[in-house]
Parts: sequence; structure tokens; C-alpha cells
Amino acid sequence: MENQEFISYFVFQSTFMDSQNPSLETLQDIKRMMERSSRFISLSGLSGLSAGICALLGAYIAHGWIDEYYHGNIALSILKWQLVILALVVLAVALTSSLYFTWRKAKKNSLPVWDRSSRKLLINLAIPLAAGGLFVGGLIYHNEGRLVAAGTLVFYGLALVNASKYTLSEIRYVGILEILLGIVSMYYAEDGLYFWALGFGLIHIVYGIIMWWKYDKK
Amino acid sequence: MKNPIGNLNKVFDSRIRMGVMSILSVNDEVNFNDLKQLLELTDGNLASHLINLEENGYIKVHKGFVGRKTNTTYSITKSGEKAFSEHIEALENMIRGVK
Repeated sequence: MENQEFISYFVFQSTFMDSQNPSLETLQDIKRMMERSSRFISLSGLSGLSAGICALLGAYIAHGWIDEYYHGNIALSILKWQLVILALVVLAVALTSSLYFTWRKAKKNSLPVWDRSSRKLLINLAIPLAAGGLFVGGLIYHNEGRLVAAGTLVFYGLALVNASKYTLSEIRYVGILEILLGIVSMYYAEDGLYFWALGFGLIHIVYGIIMWWKYDKK
Repeated sequence: MKNPIGNLNKVFDSRIRMGVMSILSVNDEVNFNDLKQLLELTDGNLASHLINLEENGYIKVHKGFVGRKTNTTYSITKSGEKAFSEHIEALENMIRGVK
């Protein structure tokens, strides 16, 4: 090992003008190690895309149910539970599909899925997200359903901003967008579902396509 | 002309030690198993390089416990940071020298 390195430096000296530059390679190695150890880079663009599609489908179903409610076909107490269950199902499907595409990308690049960087990413994502979940639970408990979209968007945005230090840095901008969208939606509480579809659906899809284009397309 | 590899730190000649320094320069504290996983090494191989870096004063070792299991974590020292950034600078200068 040591010998090999000595030789590589030696070779470098004697072929000083050669385009094959070992110090450049070493620097690239250092950069790669720094990135791999501090950021989870296997996040796939397709994960964003699939999560966005799940959210749009969910919003579409919810829209239909809310319409039924306005036509007097469903009681509010039932609608409330239907929407909560729908939201949880959408969350589960979106998470599963996102994890699948990310797992696939990690496997393809033969990188570990569960390591220091993914652990850090998950913890830092989970703290604001759990706070948001409990907060929104409180809103529902107090019959403030109108503010659920705003609450989920703001807390999700904060979670992304917080997690962006541990994965692709573009996530930070998605987070800021979600926060802004959530705050604006506070003032249009009746249109919460549209804001929700925009934030969790469209933004994810656009982000997913851009990321796929930038990092995954081969 | 100055010897272009004169400023390169001999300690970082090894890819493994260079890898450890790269990781510790961007992370506050990393435990043994994470280093092993990141560098794709065996226990013994990594341990000897860590001892070398510790003896040179470039990294600090903290022995702690998670439950009953020992959890040894490593972090970079001030002099380690200085030495490593000088090494990177030397590498950069060599590239500029080539151009």
C-alpha cells in the first residue's frame, strides 16, 4: 500500500507534464469522501416524482369526498376520519415508493442505504416532522381542519430545510418554497386542498424531474 | 525550483489515513464502525492507521458507552486540521504547477 503510493508520487514527478494527474485524483478522492461521509447522496429524483404523484392522487380523492360533503351526502364527523385515514395512506404509499427508488439508486451505485449519512438525514427530518404531526393532530382535535394544509406545509418545509444539511443541497429550496406556500395558504384557508396539492404534489414532481435530469439520467 | 512534493505530508501518503482525515474534517465526531463502513476496511487495518494519526496528534479519541457496548469516536484536532489543509493546499499547488 505505502509502496504503491510512493511509486505513484514518484511516477508523478517523472511525468510532470502528463495529463494523468495523481494529485488531482487525490483531491477528487478527498472531495468524494467528504461528501459521502456528510451527505446522503443516493436520494433519487424518481422518489420526489413518485411522492408527488401519490399526493396528487390523494388530493383528487379528497376533493371528491369534500364535494360529497357539500352535497350533503357525508356527515362532517365521517369526512374528518376519512380524510385523516386517506392522508395516512397517502403518506405511507409515498414514503414506500420514495424509499424504493432511493434504495434502487443506492444499490446501482453500490453505496449503503443505511449508514451514518442516511441516519443523520432521517433524524433531522423526523424531528420537525414529528412536531408537525402532533401539531396538526392538535388542530384536528380542536376542529381547526381548515389550517391543516398550512400546518403540514410549514412543518414539512422546516423539516426539509433542516435535513438539507445532510443530503442534496437543493432540498433547501424546496423546503423554503413549502414554508412560503404554507404561510400564504393560511390566508386562503378554504382553498387548503389546492395549496396542499401544489406543495406536496406539483413541487415534488417538478423537483423530482429536475433532480432526475441533473443526477440520475444516464 | 522548490521541490513540488516537499509540502506534502508523509502521514497522508496512505489513502486510508487521507480518507480518515477527509471524513473527520467535515464531521464533528465519527465512530469506529462508521469509519470502517465508509472506508470499506477491516477492524485491524483501520485501527493501525487510527493509532498512527493519534500518535501524530492529528485526531482525538473519545471512549464512551452506548448501553453496555463501547462506542469509540474520533474527531480531528486543531493541528490535524492545519496539517490536512496544508496537505490539500500542496496538492492544489502541484496541479497549478502542472498547468
